[in-house]
Amino acid sequence: MAEQAGLQHQAAAGIEPVIEAKGLSQGQIVRKRFLGHSGAIVGLAVFAVIFVMAFTSVGYAGIPGWWKFGHETVTPLVNDGAPTSSVWPLAWGEHPFGQDRIGRDLFAMTMRGAQQSITIMVVIGLIAGLIGVVVGALSGYFRGWVEAILMRLTDVIIIVPALLLAAVMAQMANRRDEAGWFASFASTNGVLAIGIFLGLISWVGLARLMRGEFLSLREREFVDAARISGASNARIIFKHILPNAVGVLIVNVTLTMSAAILTETALSFLGVGVKSPDTSLGLLISQNQDAFSTRPWLFWYPGLFIVLICLSINFIGDGLRDAFDPRQKKFNARKAKGTGGPIAPEKTPVAAMEGTAVNESAADGTAAGGTRGA
Amino acid sequence: MLTYIVRRLVTAALILLGASFLVYLLTAASGDPLAEFRASNAPNRDQLMAARSNLLDLDTPAPIRYFKWLAGASQCLIPFAGTCDLGRNTANQPITAALGHALIQTLTLVTAATVLAILVGITLGIITALRQYSTLDYGVTFMAFLFFSLPIFWVAVLLKEFGAIGFNNFLRNPEIPLPAAIGIGAALGLVAAIIAGGDPKRRALIGGVVFAVVTAVLIYFSVTLWFKTPGLGPVVIGIAGVGLAYAVTLLTAGLKNRKALQSALIAVGVGLVAYFAIQPLLNQATFLMIVLLAIATVLVGVAIGYLVGGYDRGQSMRSAAITSFLVGFLIVLDRFMQAWPTYFDNSRVRGRPIATIGASTPNIEGDFWVVSLDSFTHLILPTSALVLISLAGYTRFTRASMLEIMNMDYIRTARAKGLSERTVVMRHAFRNALIPIATIVAFDIGGLIGGAVITETVFSVRGMGFLFLDGIQHVDPNPVMGVFICVAITAMVFNLIADLAYSALDPRVRVKA
Repeated sequence: MAEQAGLQHQAAAGIEPVIEAKGLSQGQIVRKRFLGHSGAIVGLAVFAVIFVMAFTSVGYAGIPGWWKFGHETVTPLVNDGAPTSSVWPLAWGEHPFGQDRIGRDLFAMTMRGAQQSITIMVVIGLIAGLIGVVVGALSGYFRGWVEAILMRLTDVIIIVPALLLAAVMAQMANRRDEAGWFASFASTNGVLAIGIFLGLISWVGLARLMRGEFLSLREREFVDAARISGASNARIIFKHILPNAVGVLIVNVTLTMSAAILTETALSFLGVGVKSPDTSLGLLISQNQDAFSTRPWLFWYPGLFIVLICLSINFIGDGLRDAFDPRQKKFNARKAKGTGGPIAPEKTPVAAMEGTAVNESAADGTAAGGTRGA
Repeated sequence: MLTYIVRRLVTAALILLGASFLVYLLTAASGDPLAEFRASNAPNRDQLMAARSNLLDLDTPAPIRYFKWLAGASQCLIPFAGTCDLGRNTANQPITAALGHALIQTLTLVTAATVLAILVGITLGIITALRQYSTLDYGVTFMAFLFFSLPIFWVAVLLKEFGAIGFNNFLRNPEIPLPAAIGIGAALGLVAAIIAGGDPKRRALIGGVVFAVVTAVLIYFSVTLWFKTPGLGPVVIGIAGVGLAYAVTLLTAGLKNRKALQSALIAVGVGLVAYFAIQPLLNQATFLMIVLLAIATVLVGVAIGYLVGGYDRGQSMRSAAITSFLVGFLIVLDRFMQAWPTYFDNSRVRGRPIATIGASTPNIEGDFWVVSLDSFTHLILPTSALVLISLAGYTRFTRASMLEIMNMDYIRTARAKGLSERTVVMRHAFRNALIPIATIVAFDIGGLIGGAVITETVFSVRGMGFLFLDGIQHVDPNPVMGVFICVAITAMVFNLIADLAYSALDPRVRVKA
């Protein structure tokens, strides 16, 4: 009883009491925390709207959409190509986002670009997540020579510049005369090819993180218990360790995805990503950056959509991080000051111990900031 | 420890060998090096093609060419021999020379940006951590996410349009209309009110004062056409210096330490005297002289602090040194502003000072101040773009790190023994929060020289990124390899430094021997 009273008293001092853990599964706790994160919910809503709009308006994979123009349709210039939409009176008009110099509808092009960006993002997330988990799990769980080989492989891939790989791939995709399977695949599914390829190089940060997680989790008692009860390695990895590492995984896949959008737009901007006549948000900006003084809308709308998609993904990622992080306590400096000092009921474990922590924090940093090619 | 370093270096060398082989093959496979000639109709087409294949040694297969390149590159390991050979580019210029030039360009571009981003980012991170869940925190968090989501090429084009073209148009007739002045004042007042914190009355007061001051200053600028002939003058330097003295003392020693405050204020006084004494000297300034003066300024500050003394001499010395450095910076800034009209009316600049491309105005002539102003006006746009983009990471990371530290037991102990909030934050929390940040900073410095390909492309700076892209376009492995080797070596060395720094700063972390 005295202990409980003490806990409650401490909880009053700057930290919101942890009442949510009573009788809820991890999934329920995470869901509850995520739904309580207003930024993440707004991000999710914005992303859902963009997603639905992008994929239904101009159609996808042969299915026609509700918008009257395609991204390649050339129509006569209306109003000299300026956007016809207006806020008051609220109206779409013929070309809500305007038209480019030759009369293509910018709304259709932007929606097509958003489709491409989202496709690339999902493909990268899936591939990078899969490879990252496998490599990280194998090297973190088995250690020894498996770890040595896999980690040296990640080291090599990390320092090879992505731009060079993109250039090589763009070059291979352009060789349409040679009937290689890759060339024919890339020329018909340009975006998918870029997504797969970017996924194949952006798993390295994830793999390092997952290795760190596995390294610390494999030393825990429940793993010993499972091993003593005769569980196989595969069972321990998939049933016992992976569910405990899934939070870190999901959060970092989200962040990888938001960085991937910027990477794709940057590659398209430099001319080694998506190629005309297909279009992407980065390509639209690249094509129209000189027209800023005459047709600024060609520049505004694609950029706005890049920012919106990336921002909403980042907010979702932030919400997921808050939801998954069990150490997350709402520390309130002002309240703490009022009651004489912040007190953590459960001590935050010191994150950095014995060498591996250096790699972990380092990988954290690269996942957060290093993956964006400025 | 030594074994650890040696082992790391050996692994790094092996990784470098493997990766460089890969990069060489990839570059060689990335296209047709003779494509530009195949399309041409020049009569000497075949000769040109033969010359290019001779230059690039195309008859040799790529893997063997790599080993030839490696033989030349390995001579770089012999110090001071001058036999370094990284091959030549398609213009037949040695890569080592091209790299040296590009490295200077890139470093001037990214150094200022990184330093600024780190300083501002860490400051913002700490403030937001101390005011968690306040309006300021939410605002900064949102801005951080927004900047993090901005494509740099988009920001760059916007900056070119509004920062350069718009500002240059403004400078032609620098009059600020009254509504604009009031608007800017109101915006800054609002920001100040949000930053200030505290109860609503205090916020309103601070916001109001900032609004009044900013609006008045803007009207004054507009009436006197300050932007044509900017300058600070001794009065402004004096007032700003006293303000800085108080701020620096508040942060480094606390205002209760009267001796520290005294020494900082004396430093400002000495600075004002020096302002008049040093003007003739500054007219013949060189870069070296400015550096020497900066060192002298800091030493004078230290001396003042030492002479004033007090119960804690170190604190007095520190606050006086920092204050005198800042006052010295103000004096140099004033001198730059004095040189502004000369620069503005320079025949090469022709009244449009903020440049959108390049790293300097071609063939500009003038003294140290004009030339420095020239590179400053060229750097300001790419630097602001880079700062905006990289600010977010530091802010978020510092905030997280600081929040974790503020929850530690020893912070509670520090508060419990009655230390002031300043001491708790600056001495106990901030220093420990810097440990993980130090590793991130080391990483970023390692990635610096290769890190700005797109910024360099947009602003046409002929740096490392340009060299790299140019190599890829010509399918010429030599420049690509040169850039790659430089970038990879710095990145690896700084990774090692980051790990060692972590274990040096935090004794709980030991590197595996």
